[in-house]
Amino acid sequence: MKCDVCASEATVFLTQIINGQMTTVNLCDACSKAKGVTDETGFGLAEAFLSGGIPETPNASEAVCPTCGFTASQLKKIGRMGCPDCYSTFREGLDNLLKAMHKGTRHVGKIPAKWQTTAPESSHERLDEETPPLSEKKNPSVSESEESGPSLAKLKKELETAVREERYEEAAIIKREIDRIQETDQA
Amino acid sequence: MQFTSLINHPADWMQGSGPHSDVVMTSRVRLARNLRGFPFPGYSQEKQRLELLNLAKPVVEALSEMGDAYSEDYVSLTKIHKQVLVERHLISREHAARSAGCAVVVDARQNLSIMINEEDHFRIQGIRAGLDLLNAWSLVDRVDSELEAHLPYAYDPKLGYLTACPTNVGTGMRASVMLHLPALALTEQINPVIKAVGKIGLAVRGLYGEGTDALGNLFQISNQHTLGEKEHDIIASIERVIERVVSSELNARQKLLEDNPIMLRDQVGRAYAILRHAHILSSKEALNLLSLLRLGADLDILPDCDRSVLDLLLMEIQPAHLQLRAEIELNAEERDMRRAWLTRSRLRDISSPIEPPPDHPNEGDS
Ligand SMILES: [Zn+2]
Ligand SMILES: [Zn+2]
Repeated sequence: MKCDVCASEATVFLTQIINGQMTTVNLCDACSKAKGVTDETGFGLAEAFLSGGIPETPNASEAVCPTCGFTASQLKKIGRMGCPDCYSTFREGLDNLLKAMHKGTRHVGKIPAKWQTTAPESSHERLDEETPPLSEKKNPSVSESEESGPSLAKLKKELETAVREERYEEAAIIKREIDRIQETDQA
Repeated sequence: MQFTSLINHPADWMQGSGPHSDVVMTSRVRLARNLRGFPFPGYSQEKQRLELLNLAKPVVEALSEMGDAYSEDYVSLTKIHKQVLVERHLISREHAARSAGCAVVVDARQNLSIMINEEDHFRIQGIRAGLDLLNAWSLVDRVDSELEAHLPYAYDPKLGYLTACPTNVGTGMRASVMLHLPALALTEQINPVIKAVGKIGLAVRGLYGEGTDALGNLFQISNQHTLGEKEHDIIASIERVIERVVSSELNARQKLLEDNPIMLRDQVGRAYAILRHAHILSSKEALNLLSLLRLGADLDILPDCDRSVLDLLLMEIQPAHLQLRAEIELNAEERDMRRAWLTRSRLRDISSPIEPPPDHPNEGDS
């Protein structure tokens, strides 16, 4: 087995849930020390790879982002989100947090062109302040029924469009999302 | 484009003069943008950061604004090269501390830089000379729209652009203006001004050091809110505030000329003498004296001193720029000597401050 970092012979093998997926990481002696991986039970491994992360044993009852595995207590400690879907995972209490930080709790600035065509401004103007962010999916073209992102069907359509319009980088990213959803479904 | 040719060309905003450039050095607008389906850089594995980099960098390099751009992965940059980019305000200090999976792309004229895998997947920054936030915004807005056409952004209709830190969510926009406020500092009015600006929800900080200890009398004012306000409104309110700070600074300069011309000439004259003749010059001393020289140039006490010479020097005397020029790592003492040498040679052709009319030393420059 080769070290995932430097490709010399691995001596430390760690298994952990990272981004909602079971991941095995193999490290050589030097790299495991360099990454500060001393806790061989696996906890804290993600953080060892991530700057700014704080090792935290997930509390059984707390919210965990299904997409990236970020926990509510990590959010509290670091003050940053793990991935874009975290905004949906941790929406509870988010409004109060945002109210304290900003002028308002709703975006009124630039809208990406892709969202302008599928989601006319009037349709989300109607969302009242009480609506938790990302939760109620009033606009089907914007958010699908799934909690953690767009649906498979929508993604496949997006993929088709991206390929037809020769936007290959975007296609690659969408393909990646589709793969991830399909893997999770099979698991 | 190579690192050396990028660095050998002074940036557009360093030599150009923009609106109010006697007080406003630069205007910058940066946008935080992320792709959906990827964890934010601070919570991703190196593998994921590399994957994003490999996908996104070609798109960034192909942007119409990035013809003949400088594009570099951080793994192939030395510590000093990164530091030079920080000193040029092209990348952030935080980003410079990172390595694998991080890159920066800068347009040839250094008006635009895009950091990949900073705190957010993308930090798009536009820089302009003087008070010119609107043009900095329209540049990054255009680039952002082009990038968005090729990449799936993490965007939510209610929360706007989703960012790693909730303090940036919404517009993801930070507009900031760098100001030179020597007269407000000399007349001890700087603290009330800082307080007043802070009260209306804008952040003020010294570029090098805080409050009254801000070296070189350089201050940065920026917005703190990104949610609940339109980009144009944020920019308009900053520009309104800056206009007022600029007129207080100009008033303070006028008042110094009228009420304290001898003190003013003394300060500028001493700064000139030291900078022209010193052989050991610390960063702190150089920044503070160059600030006085810039004031002297703006008030025509230094008759033939072009402001842009001083602004360029301000950049060149920073630690990494000195080491880049020397092509070796230098310790603090060596830097102080090189800094003095460079300053002496850059100021060689600037004539000494003009003499006030001998019979009326108190009438200033009338
Ligand atoms: Zn290794
Ligand atoms: Zn997440």
